[in-house]
Amino acid sequence: MTLTRPQTGRDRLNSLRPSLSAADIDDLARGGPALRGFLRGLPGVDQVGLEGRAAALATRSIKATAKSFAIDLAISMLDLTTLEGADTPGKVRSLCARARCPDPDRPDGPRPAAVCVYPDLAAVARAALAGSGIAVASVATGFPSGRTSVDVKVQEVAEAIDAGADEVDMVIDRGAFLAGDYDTVFGEIAAVRQACARGIEAGGARSVHLKVILETGELATYDHVRQASWLAMLAGADFIKTSTGKVSPAATLPVTLVMLEAVRDFRASTGRQVGVKAAGGIRTSKDAIRYLVTVNETAGPDWLTPRWFRFGASSLLDDLLRQRMRTDSGHYVGADYVTMD
Amino acid sequence: MSRVEVRKTYKLFIGGAFPRSESGHSYEVCTHAGTFVANAARATRKDVRDAVSAATKAQPGWAGRTAYNRGQILYRVAEMLEDRRDQFVAQVLAAEGGNRRRAQQQVDASIDRWVWYAGWADKLAQVIGSANPVAGPYFDFSLPEPTGVIGVIAPQRSSLLGLVSVLAPVVVTGNTAVLVSSFERPLPALTLAEVLATSDLPGGVANVLSGPVSELLPWLAEHTGVAGLDLTGVDDAEMATDGERQAAVNLKRVRRAPASEPRWLDEPDLSAMTTFVETKTVWHPMGV
Amino acid sequence: MTELDVAQEFAYAPAPESRALVRIRDEYGLFIGGEFVEGTGEPFATVDPATEERLATVATASAADVDRAVQAARAAHNRVWGPMPGAERAKYLFRLARILQERARELAVLESIDNGKPIRESRDVDVPLAAAHFFYHAGWADKLGYAGLGADPKPLGVAGQVIPWNFPLLMLSWKIAPALACGNTVVLKPAETTPLTALLFAEICQQADLPAGVVNIVTGAGDTGRSLISHPDVDKVAFTGSTEVGRSIAQTVAGTSKKVTLELGGKAANIVFADSPVDQAVEGIVNGIFFNQGHVCCAGSRLLVEESVHDEVIERLQQRMGTLRVGDPLDKNTDIGAINSAEQLAKIRRLSAVGEAEGAQRWSPACQLPERGYFFAPTLFTGVSQAHRIAREEIFGPVLSVLTFRTPDEAVAKANNTPYGLSAGVWTEKGSRILWMAARLKAGVVWANTFNRFDPASPFGGYKESGYGREGGRHGLAGYLRPSPGGASPAGAGVRA
Repeated sequence: MTLTRPQTGRDRLNSLRPSLSAADIDDLARGGPALRGFLRGLPGVDQVGLEGRAAALATRSIKATAKSFAIDLAISMLDLTTLEGADTPGKVRSLCARARCPDPDRPDGPRPAAVCVYPDLAAVARAALAGSGIAVASVATGFPSGRTSVDVKVQEVAEAIDAGADEVDMVIDRGAFLAGDYDTVFGEIAAVRQACARGIEAGGARSVHLKVILETGELATYDHVRQASWLAMLAGADFIKTSTGKVSPAATLPVTLVMLEAVRDFRASTGRQVGVKAAGGIRTSKDAIRYLVTVNETAGPDWLTPRWFRFGASSLLDDLLRQRMRTDSGHYVGADYVTMD
Repeated sequence: MSRVEVRKTYKLFIGGAFPRSESGHSYEVCTHAGTFVANAARATRKDVRDAVSAATKAQPGWAGRTAYNRGQILYRVAEMLEDRRDQFVAQVLAAEGGNRRRAQQQVDASIDRWVWYAGWADKLAQVIGSANPVAGPYFDFSLPEPTGVIGVIAPQRSSLLGLVSVLAPVVVTGNTAVLVSSFERPLPALTLAEVLATSDLPGGVANVLSGPVSELLPWLAEHTGVAGLDLTGVDDAEMATDGERQAAVNLKRVRRAPASEPRWLDEPDLSAMTTFVETKTVWHPMGV
Repeated sequence: MTELDVAQEFAYAPAPESRALVRIRDEYGLFIGGEFVEGTGEPFATVDPATEERLATVATASAADVDRAVQAARAAHNRVWGPMPGAERAKYLFRLARILQERARELAVLESIDNGKPIRESRDVDVPLAAAHFFYHAGWADKLGYAGLGADPKPLGVAGQVIPWNFPLLMLSWKIAPALACGNTVVLKPAETTPLTALLFAEICQQADLPAGVVNIVTGAGDTGRSLISHPDVDKVAFTGSTEVGRSIAQTVAGTSKKVTLELGGKAANIVFADSPVDQAVEGIVNGIFFNQGHVCCAGSRLLVEESVHDEVIERLQQRMGTLRVGDPLDKNTDIGAINSAEQLAKIRRLSAVGEAEGAQRWSPACQLPERGYFFAPTLFTGVSQAHRIAREEIFGPVLSVLTFRTPDEAVAKANNTPYGLSAGVWTEKGSRILWMAARLKAGVVWANTFNRFDPASPFGGYKESGYGREGGRHGLAGYLRPSPGGASPAGAGVRA
């Protein structure tokens, strides 16, 4: 008995008319009442309905071949992360080695998309990942709190790029957002976006991806998350990211659902596709697969690739590998049998 | 030679765990006939403090559960009580004397009383709440909400049925309880604590302290983190009055000690629940 | 661009719930006086609507069998259940609730096999709610003096109850739990296409040691129902089903002393304003008409969308409908299962053809339906008005008719422009407007920013030709009690003796 196939993203894009032109976006970029009016005019989010939908998506049962596929996809979507005060070059090298070969029994198996570190260790990561095709992602802009001046933030971004970062994960100014100062939040993202272009200007061929961390746990309401998502995308984000992982709650299924709706609607309005990164608190394969189902049924299959969806995690890889071994071997696997950083 | 029994140690029940009194003190508990049974922990003000702290922490979560969920958990308590019926019959017989038939009647009534209260969880709001027909374009409704942490002095003589009759109404309404058991007959209360611990009741929702009422009551009555006080088990009229006076420090909702021993077998009225709920009234305009 | 940059299709593998959990007998008898007995009517087959395969042969209760069942219920009422204290009745009902929870998965699988609904719904909605109904009503059995019907209300006696095929076990619990809690005994007839969970419930009654004759199950079709409803020794009639049959029941009981409650059809308006939380509104629209294949009396079968946001809402709705999975009810990922019977499928097809003929625009997402079984793709009709038949007649399938409105007054007028009045939905972020609309909608249940929410504590029932009486909550008890003096009866208790 066959089941319906969902429409592909291609079909959907063609059927929706973009409603925000480049000129419209420039108007909004000027800030002030136009930007405020736009953000406040976005549809509200009903918490109970949203969480109900996320819970329903979490009941999808992903078995057998679908499960193996999903686990491999999730591994390939990892930004394998270490962001601790105690990080050393040795720790970072160890992490990079694991990224290059997470499972020696499957040397051709999937590998994380990126390794994510603090800017002062980006050069170590670059060297350790040379030739692997795995990207170096660096946090910047006073991660995790973001409480420094915009000049210091931009300077930090420049240093990270010079050290070899392919991707920059910045934090927004949550205080400014909650105080209603959208112009400041917008301006900082735009400034960092410009700084990311440095990678190209410096003669390098690589374009530096900008991920904008909303820190949804501090934004507190889903309405705020929707507004901040749009604000970040209008300001030029390549990815919007849930959390720093340093504040609880970090990524949740409902919050990620709101952000997936936002990127879906943004593409429908402007034609530009933006990615989503769910970071912090995603520990098990079961969790990760629920996120993939949510991507699949909300934004659509176009986002089911590391190019457009990432997991920011550290211990998640342990469970993904363990579950992969279980489906391959047919029995449960102990922790000693799984690689570590 | 007959087999040597492993005798149980009776401890306090605080935050879902069974600690001894922080003082390390205990006192002798005897049967109704005067035979030694066990040393029970002799709780102090610090145990009261810890119990109130546990009850405070547990209260928002307990109140935040659906009424259906609270009702289910309390029904589970009744299942556990029924499962231990023989044990409770023996304990009530030893503590209160009388004959086995009377003890069975007390235990059966206690289980049924608990079931009666469990069934109120998702009904009280319908019986004492209302939509109010105000003279204007407003939707106006009143609903009961739990008061908070309630101090409960359990009856001195009715060691199980009376105990259940003061504890169940407090927790079914979403409050959390710090209960002082009967001083001379504490063991059914402490065994009930074991039942509570195995019934999915979250830790801290009900806390049970054994010890002298005269020493523990003032600390409960004056604690400004305690929002209500049930003086049912305070036999001494002067002590009860003092308790009520002390409770006025933060205007606790007080349930006074009864003038005479209640007929515990009679179906209660709603006051054991309604004393410890607040009525919240909400207005909302109705307009296009 | 690397291999990894190319988006991949995420095909869900089959995720079947196991049928092995359920033992379906080859033949089933009637459940009368605590025992399974043979029926004297012509037996009939019940079929799995997803495969069209015969599941079992079920007895038909003749008029004589119905009489035996009523007598058993009367005897149990007079001798056992009526005199029993409420606290004891309560404990039986708690037992039933607990066993429903214990055997939850088995009941869910059986329900999906016999009815066609997705296992996810029977597992997550039907069975838990059925258990909750028994749990809630158990707690009323010893508190009837607080129900607002006087200090000492009395049961009516024997209740004859006829239930539909759309939520077999859940409708059984809506009928039996309050009846028993109030001290009545029952004879219940499940629908002829979905008898199996009722018969399993009979086994559960035995497991709970429920006294013989308190619950009796008589299987059969229309004739059995008629015998039951017109039986002179039935004190109370409770019916859920079509308005047509409800009307004939009301005629049949005229001049008798039978109390009646009826829960009938609907053509609910789901009203979406421009300032709705639009993503959740789309979920609510989808849930409103596609939950349970649209076989829901209170389904949101008319979407009334504010004209200024019509195109946007429809686009989003179509996108969302594209992710609905139609297929094997026992697959845990199925969203829309089988239509319950060939007859119902024919009706849905017929009315959909009417919609096209009337000039509405028909749309369904690309959908490959299984070759066997009774399946229908989720369907949308736009350009519908209140003059179209598909806006007036209950289709009882996964078919949504879309109309527009300009102002709240117009929404109210269109929503109320129907002989039905069971339910309505309102979607807006503005609280005042929710309450203003709720006050004006002629519907027994108004859902605001949600839809298809049911709870044993929440009274459910209709206005106008959607029936009278309420089920659930304190109000629902009134249908099964005779008030004692000095007690006020909640309104709408149905036909009084």
